[in-house]
Amino acid sequence: MQFILTEEQRLIQQTAREFADNEVAPVADRHDREGKFPLELVKKLGRMGFLGMLIPEAYGGTAAGNLCLVLALEELNRVCASTGVTVSVHNSLVSAPIVHWGSEEIKRKYLPKLSTGELLSAYALSEPGSGSDAAGLVTSAVRDGNDYVLNGTKNFITTGAEADVAIVMVRTDPSHKTRGITAFVLERDMKGYVIGKKEDKLGLRASSTVQLVFEDLRVPASQILGGEGMGFKIAMHTLDGGRIGIAAQAVGIAQACLDASIKYAEEREAFEQPIGKFQAIQWKLADMATRIEAARFLVYNAARLKDAGQPHGKEAAMAKLFASETANDAARDAVQIHGGAGYLEDFPVERHFRDARITEIYEGTSEIQRLVIARHLLKNLS
Amino acid sequence: MKIVVLVKSVPDTESKIKIAGDGTSIDGQGLKYIMNPYDEFAVEEALRIKERLKDDTTVVAVALGPDRVAEVLRTALAMGADDAIHVGDPAFEGGDAQANARVLAEVVRPLNPDLVLGGKQGIDTDSAQTCAALAEYLGMPQALIVNELTLADDHKSVTARRRVEGGDEIVVMTLPALVTAEKGLNEPRYASLPGIMKAKKKEIRKVTLADLPLKPEQVGAAGSKSKVVRYHNLPDRPPVKMITGDAGQQAKELARLLREEAKVI
Amino acid sequence: MANGILVVGEVRGGALKGITKEIVTAANALSQAGGGPVSLALLGDDAAAAANQARSLSVARVLVARHAELAQYSSQAFAAALQAALTASGARLVLFGATAMGRDLSARAAARCDASLFTDCTEISLTGGNLRVKRPVYSGKVYVELESTAAVQMASIRPNVFPPATGSGSAEVVEVEVAIDAASIRGRVKEVVRTAHGAKDLTESEIIVSGGRSLKSADNFAILKALADVLGATVGASRAAVDAGYAPHSMQVGQTGKVVNPKLYIAVGISGAIQHLVGMRTSKVIVAINKDANAPIFQKADYGIAGDLFEVVPKLTEEFRALLGAHA
Repeated sequence: MQFILTEEQRLIQQTAREFADNEVAPVADRHDREGKFPLELVKKLGRMGFLGMLIPEAYGGTAAGNLCLVLALEELNRVCASTGVTVSVHNSLVSAPIVHWGSEEIKRKYLPKLSTGELLSAYALSEPGSGSDAAGLVTSAVRDGNDYVLNGTKNFITTGAEADVAIVMVRTDPSHKTRGITAFVLERDMKGYVIGKKEDKLGLRASSTVQLVFEDLRVPASQILGGEGMGFKIAMHTLDGGRIGIAAQAVGIAQACLDASIKYAEEREAFEQPIGKFQAIQWKLADMATRIEAARFLVYNAARLKDAGQPHGKEAAMAKLFASETANDAARDAVQIHGGAGYLEDFPVERHFRDARITEIYEGTSEIQRLVIARHLLKNLS
Repeated sequence: MKIVVLVKSVPDTESKIKIAGDGTSIDGQGLKYIMNPYDEFAVEEALRIKERLKDDTTVVAVALGPDRVAEVLRTALAMGADDAIHVGDPAFEGGDAQANARVLAEVVRPLNPDLVLGGKQGIDTDSAQTCAALAEYLGMPQALIVNELTLADDHKSVTARRRVEGGDEIVVMTLPALVTAEKGLNEPRYASLPGIMKAKKKEIRKVTLADLPLKPEQVGAAGSKSKVVRYHNLPDRPPVKMITGDAGQQAKELARLLREEAKVI
Repeated sequence: MANGILVVGEVRGGALKGITKEIVTAANALSQAGGGPVSLALLGDDAAAAANQARSLSVARVLVARHAELAQYSSQAFAAALQAALTASGARLVLFGATAMGRDLSARAAARCDASLFTDCTEISLTGGNLRVKRPVYSGKVYVELESTAAVQMASIRPNVFPPATGSGSAEVVEVEVAIDAASIRGRVKEVVRTAHGAKDLTESEIIVSGGRSLKSADNFAILKALADVLGATVGASRAAVDAGYAPHSMQVGQTGKVVNPKLYIAVGISGAIQHLVGMRTSKVIVAINKDANAPIFQKADYGIAGDLFEVVPKLTEEFRALLGAHA
C-alpha cells in the first residue's frame, strides 16, 4: 500500500508499529494470561496522541483522521487486540460522536482530556435483553426538572472497568422504538453509576468487559448528545465508524497470524525439509495473504470515504464483515499450520485464534452486517 | 547553541538482503527504509540538549541521499528538530564515505554548528567512516561511539565516554566538536502524532551540487576511491561436523576449530 | 614512487598488543604479493617504549613518532603523527587493527591523507598493486568485495583473522619528526577508566553458553558459568531447564524467552525443540554438546560433540583458558 499513503500517514503507521513492537509485544501474552488491562500502555499512547486522532486540534486532538487511525489500529492489533480495541472504542465510539453531536460545553469539558487519555472511555448500547436488536433497549431515563433519572443495566461494555466517561443510549420515550432513544455522556463518579464485575472471556482478556448498572442515576439534561430522541441515529452512525476500527482490528489479527505462520513454515521441519516447501502450507499462506490484502483495502476504502465526509455505511459493513471472517479463517489456518504447537500457549497463534472470534460478533454481528449491506443494495424495497 | 544532526535512510534491520543479478549491487526491490537506528540516538541527544538548555538552541537534521531520505528528515522533524536539509543530487550517488563527507562538509560548515552529532555507523555499509572524515574536513575534534555525553556548564566543551578494550575512555573536547552515538547513549523518543502533524507543515530545504563549491569529479562515484568488485552471500551452513574422540580430544579439537576455522574466539 | 606497507602498532603496558602482531602477518602476506617492504609505526611515547620488542618482529623498519601532543590520544594529533610516519616510510598501503583506537584513527587519518579506507576487513589481498578486501555489510547478512583505486590505500582488519607473526628479524628503529599545531588539537583522551564491563544482556551477547535439562541442577550451571567466564560469554538456558528450576526465566532463550543473535552459541544438554531453535537460529556459529547423537539440535549445529557434558565442558573450559591466556 506504500504508493497510496502520504509521508505523514507512513510516519504515523511507522510510529504505531514501533510502539507496538517495542512496548506492547513484550507484555501482550502476559496481559492476556493475567487478564491485566494495559493501563500504562494506553496512557502512553494517549500522550503520543493516538487517543485524539478524530478530535480537532482546537480541542487538543491530533485530527489525524480515520485513515491514519486504521493504520495505527492495524499495527496495535497485530500485537495485542486488547490494546487495539481500547484505542478503537475511545476514538471511534466516544470521541467521534462527542465531536459530531456534543454541545460546545460538552466538547470543551471532555475532548481535551479524552485527547490525551487523561480520561478513558466506553460506549454502552447493548443490554442483557438487546444486542442486535439495539433499539429494543429498555434502560430508562425519566425527566425530572432539569435532570433525567436513569435506571437499567448495560451489558458487555468494553473498558467499562476503567472508563472515566461513557456514552450511554437510554430510553426517554417508551412509545417510540427508535425515536425514543437518547444518548447521554455519563461520568463514573456520578452517584448511581455502578460498575459490574469483569466478564471472563474467551479472548481479548486484557480488555475489561463489564456490566454497567444505573441505579437512580441523576444526570443533567446538558449531558445529552444531539438532542432528545436522537440517540438511535447517533448510535447507528457511530457504529458505522466503529466497525471500520473493528475491521482494522481484524486485519491486524489476521496479519499477525500470517506473520507467525510464515515464520513457523520457514523453521519447522518435517520429512527432512521446512514445511514451507509443501504445497499444502504454501496454498494456505497464499490464500491467507490474498484475503488479508483485500480486507485491508476494504478498510482503507471505508476510512477514506468517512474522512471525505461521504456516506460509508455499506463500505464499513463490507469491511467489517469481510475482515472479521478473514481473521477467523486466518487464525484457524495459523493454528493448523503450527500443528500441535499452535494449541500451546508458547506460540501466539492460540491467542489470535481466541481474539479473532469476537470480531464477528461485536459492534454488529456478521448477520447484521449482511442486513446492512443488503439494505443498501435493495433500496427500492425501502 | 546550534546542533547539526546527520541522519541516514537505511533498509530496516528485518529486511532480507538480496544481491542483484549481476552481483555488483543490492536488490532494492521491496526494501523498507527507516532512519538508521544509531542516528535516532543522535537526534534524541540533540533534542535533550535543546530541552535542557531552554534557550534559543536549534537542531538541524541533515541527510544525504535520494528522495526517500525526506522521510527520515520528516521523522527527525516530528521528533522535534527545528529544521531539515535534504542534500540530494544524482551526482552524489555511489559516493564512498569521504566523497559523501566532502559534500556534507560544504553543507554543514556554513551552518556554523557548535556540535555535530551522528550515529556510529550506518547499518547498511557498517563502515563507520563518514562522520570522522567530516570531522577532519571541518577541522573538529571527534569522539566516536559515545555512550555518555555531558555538556560543560559554560557550554564551551563536552565530555564524552566511550567503551574501549578493558575500560572506558573519557574524552574532553572544546566546541565545535563532532560526536557519534552508540546504542545506550539515551532512549530515543517516539515521534508523537502532534509532532508528525506539525512536521508536515515544515519545509525541508533542498541542496544540490549546483549550490555547493564542488566539482562533479569530487563527489559521488566520480569522487570515490574504490569500487565494488562483487557482493557475496553467506555460505550455506554445511551439515554438522561431529567431533570424535574422548572428552579431552573432543574439547581440544572443538577449541581449535572455533579459533582457527570458525574464527569466533 | 611510493611503495611498501605501514602497520600502525598498538601497545598496552609497554608491550605490543597481540592484534599488532596479527596485522604484521597480514602485511607480510601483502608484501609477498608484491606490496613492498613492511614498516611498523609506533605513535606516542607509550608506544615508543615497545620499539625494542618491535625490532624483533619480521618487519623492515620500526618508525617511532614522539611529540608532546601524543602524550594523550587524540585523533587529530595521532592522524598528524601517522601522516608524518607514512611519508617517512615511503609506504603506499597502511594497515590497522579494527580495535577501538584503530577504528577511530584510521577513519580520521584516511580523510587527512586522502587515502581510501576499508574498515573491519575479514579478507585482504593485493590485485595489480591495489588492495582488495572482503568485509561484512548489512549487519553481516552479506559480504562485499571491494578494490581500491587510490594513490594511498588503508584498511583495518578484524582481530583473529590472521595469526600473530612469529618470525624474527632485526629491524632498524627510525625516529620520525612530527610537527603538530597544539592549538588545533581541541580534544583528547583525559583518562581511561579500567572497568570490568558488567554482565551483558543475553540479547546483546556475542557469545552464549546455554544449558538444558541435562544439567540436572541449578548448581551444575556453575560448570557453564566457568566456561562462559573464560570466553567472556553470557549463560542462557532452555525452557526445560527454567521450568525445572535450574535457571531463572531471565536466562531463558527461545519462543517464550529471549531471542538472541550471538556470533557463537554453545548449546549444552539441549535437545533442540523448535521452541528453543526459534530463539537462537540466527547465531553465526552453533555448537551442540549432547549425550544423544540423534538430538535434533545437531541438525542445526555447525559443530557437534556427542558426549557427556560433565566431562566435555570442563575440558573445554581448560582448553580455552590455555588458548586465550596466551594472547593479550
